[in-house]
Amino acid sequence: MSSEVHNSTEWYRSQFDAFAKSLNGDAGGAAHDLRRKGIERFASVGFPSTRDEEWRFTNTAPLARENFVLPGRENGETVTIEDLAPFRFAGQGVRRAVFVDGRFARHLSDLDALPEGVTVISLAEALRTRHTVAIAHIGRQAAIDQSAFTALQSAFLYDGCFIHVAEKVALEEPLHIIHFATKQPRAQAIQPRVLVVLEDHSRLSLVETFCGHPDGRYFTNVVSEMEVGNEATLYHDIVQVENAHAFHVGTRYFTQGRASTLVSNALVLGGGWVRNSVYSKFAGEGGECTLNGLSLASGEQLVDNHTSIDHALPNCASHELYKSILDGKARGIFNGKIFVRQDAQKTDARQTNKTLLLSDEATIDTKPQLEIFADDVKCTHGATVGQLDDDQVFYLRARGIDLQTARDLLTYAFAGDVVARVHVPALKATLDSLLHARLRQGRISATVL
Amino acid sequence: MTHMLLINNLHAGVNGNKILNGVNLTVNAGEVHAIMGPNGSGKSTLAGVLAGRDTYEVTSGEVRYDGKNLLEMDPEERAREGLFLAFQYPVEIPGVSNTYFLKAALNAIRKHRGLEELDAVEFLQLVKKKLKIVDLDQELLNRPVNEGFSGGEKKRNEIFHMAVLDPRLAILDETDSGLDIDALRIVADGVNRIRSKENAIIVVTHYQRLLNYIVPDFVHVLVDGQIVKSGGKELAVELEERGYDWVKEVTN
Repeated sequence: MSSEVHNSTEWYRSQFDAFAKSLNGDAGGAAHDLRRKGIERFASVGFPSTRDEEWRFTNTAPLARENFVLPGRENGETVTIEDLAPFRFAGQGVRRAVFVDGRFARHLSDLDALPEGVTVISLAEALRTRHTVAIAHIGRQAAIDQSAFTALQSAFLYDGCFIHVAEKVALEEPLHIIHFATKQPRAQAIQPRVLVVLEDHSRLSLVETFCGHPDGRYFTNVVSEMEVGNEATLYHDIVQVENAHAFHVGTRYFTQGRASTLVSNALVLGGGWVRNSVYSKFAGEGGECTLNGLSLASGEQLVDNHTSIDHALPNCASHELYKSILDGKARGIFNGKIFVRQDAQKTDARQTNKTLLLSDEATIDTKPQLEIFADDVKCTHGATVGQLDDDQVFYLRARGIDLQTARDLLTYAFAGDVVARVHVPALKATLDSLLHARLRQGRISATVL
Repeated sequence: MTHMLLINNLHAGVNGNKILNGVNLTVNAGEVHAIMGPNGSGKSTLAGVLAGRDTYEVTSGEVRYDGKNLLEMDPEERAREGLFLAFQYPVEIPGVSNTYFLKAALNAIRKHRGLEELDAVEFLQLVKKKLKIVDLDQELLNRPVNEGFSGGEKKRNEIFHMAVLDPRLAILDETDSGLDIDALRIVADGVNRIRSKENAIIVVTHYQRLLNYIVPDFVHVLVDGQIVKSGGKELAVELEERGYDWVKEVTN
């Protein structure tokens, strides 16, 4: 075995060389330009340091220290449908696209009988077949020079999910993307991309679950680009239940057309070191953007949520509710940026961040960041940090409920507020059981499953 | 014979401030006791100490419940042993439905008493019967506990909980406060229907008007943390007419 390389940029460059060689015939075209620009950019900037304002509270050193390898092409063959059972939800007509270590796993997926006008294929296939919509939209939002993680993901761009819904077409049943990570001898870098293009007046309900083997060691670096056309609607529920060793960086870009609707609920119930960044932009008037988040963390876990909503145009509304429940020595970070540009009159932007601390050692850094350049707008933000309410605990106990159950109930109720906003009803039942597994005896248990 | 409740020379306070200064009280099954007194006399402290609220510190004295040391029990154990406090300010619990909460409470109590836990169907049947006692809208069952309830609904919800949990000793802490006369009558009717030879009720109130509807066997006057006068139901009427200063003067 070669000597360990500790310089992370050199490590990823060497990984890139191996990756580029393995591409063979797929190394041409627009995607490969992105890859080359991605590795160049990443090699020059490396992982961000805490001197970077965007990364002030989140140290990337633990991630940079580890030499993650490219996942093997055949990893998917070891996974069975039973492995996915805890993460699936019931429901008629639910289609599933399953990705194992970032690669499409056809034998685990069920994409039968999609209506006319709905395309759900692996990104590798879309790139290989030069799907015109995919080629036109890939990299359009995910700017390589904006984020080192987007640059890194672009460098290793290969597979993931490509979804296209044609004009005036609605996929009524939810589409479920499962990202499953396996356990391998060496820690893996899993870097899928999700590209969603909703044409005007179309509608999609998308659920994404990030999960894996309880003992797998990996770094998920996912980039999503989602375009919501004029008067189109995207419901997007994300459930992250990776194990306590997992590194997870999710960078999500949304662009919304005129009078479009976006509801994105991100439930972070797992992962050891987690950073989610959302960049949402109104490209047409009258849009509505709702971002909700729930994070549960205990032990030494870190969960960092950054959101940025760009009110570039008038008459748009945004609503944000981010909640965290932190136990042990867990750390939470919330940063919510709202830009209201000079032309964006009649903007209605509301942001709320609430944190429940279950231990004395858990910490949260919360920072609303509103930059308002228009004068006729409504913008509100609020942040609360607290412990369980003594009066509520006593009320429950005075009716016969024991202390631990009382704490469980109240903690669950705090979380339930966000779970209730999840779009897919059947997913709520799955979430309930995942939540109950995590919230035990008035504490957050260390493991998800 | 063992008294249901025996309070002997009870002293208690908050943050070093003495509030109860030697309360003595005996309650037997089948009795309704009213504890009256001016603001700040210690009525709610007494109710809170009996229910086990840990913001109060008991400095001396003892409380026996069915011969057992009540003060050693956790609040939930007291509830499971049949003690019930109807709160002066019922607490709102967003995110926890009234039904879910009450079923968890009832089953915790039943389990403690060695009874089978009720399933969802049995529980619903029981609840429907008890709802009638306080004329509570069934819709309030599915709402989060007390959240968005009117003042009257909150108090009726307390008596509804009492009806479902079937306590042996119920303490009603200023259940009449904030109620109009119609709501007061409904709440009082509810309490009277629960009242039996097997249970006992302590009604804590500032005013006599509730006692027109829940007629007590004994009335005690609490002043400065001590019971300064006890009597029958006519004492309440006398207090209403002559005010608390009269008792203070008489006892000084």
